[in-house]
Amino acid sequence: MEKYIFYVLALIMIVSAIASVSSRRMLRSVVYLLFVLIGIAGIYFMADYNFLAAIQLTVYAGGIIVLIIFSVLLVHHIDMELEVAKKSKRIITALACLIGLGVFMTTIYSHPFIETTTAVTTTTADIGFALLSTEAGGFILPFEVISILLLAVMIGAIIIAKGEDVTEEPPKETPLVKQEKPVEKKKELLETEVTV
Amino acid sequence: MIPGISITEILSLTSILFFIGVYGFITRTNLISMLVSVEIILNSTVINFVVINKYLYPELLQGVVYSIFIIAVAAAETALAVAIIINLYKQISSVDVKETETLKY
Repeated sequence: MEKYIFYVLALIMIVSAIASVSSRRMLRSVVYLLFVLIGIAGIYFMADYNFLAAIQLTVYAGGIIVLIIFSVLLVHHIDMELEVAKKSKRIITALACLIGLGVFMTTIYSHPFIETTTAVTTTTADIGFALLSTEAGGFILPFEVISILLLAVMIGAIIIAKGEDVTEEPPKETPLVKQEKPVEKKKELLETEVTV
Repeated sequence: MIPGISITEILSLTSILFFIGVYGFITRTNLISMLVSVEIILNSTVINFVVINKYLYPELLQGVVYSIFIIAVAAAETALAVAIIINLYKQISSVDVKETETLKY
């Protein structure tokens, strides 16, 4: 039963991925990408990683796809068609990709994988303890680094998307200059008094 | 492990997805289409981490945690790329690679 589900998922994913990289309508291409991502979430469900599948559905299907569709609608007219690359370029790229795929396939099928038959269910609590563990093999440091990365990306995205209003403010007058001006005035006054 | 499916079949599937993404990344000239291709590439590699963890070392958690980090970095990358693309569109009214010739001025 799982075999048929996997093959159906794989077929949907490959067809949607090919349609996504070759469709001339921008919005359709993004929706095909959504099908690929949902298929990947299905594979996580089959591999018994429910937490990863939930992350995949919320972050990718819920967040990234909405973000890309948002940018597509901001940037394009909805019925604009993309130009296609030259035929020679497409054929050469497809040939190079097929050669690389052949190298991958020979490597995968010649390597002896020692598959275990034990089925261990990873709960969400296990992942949480591993993420916050400070012992050897724990992931507390990358966890904190990724939080700083997300904060930096949030600030950077706001600054970049706001454009030149934020980055190019007119230079403010420093208080040093303000202090110098009265002194010069006094000097001028003194000079005028002297001349008088 | 998934009963009835060997690890080589899933690795073949992810390899095919990876090279479809590479093909799209090279042939497309639109920045958003290239972003879509990068998403396909990243997702196919994430499946590799998860599946190798599940089939070869099911009692460890390294693959799952790495895939969570990859998903976080991919989300950050997409947010920044969309910000850059929208800013670029405000400046040169195009998101095509051929017309993107200057970095700032």
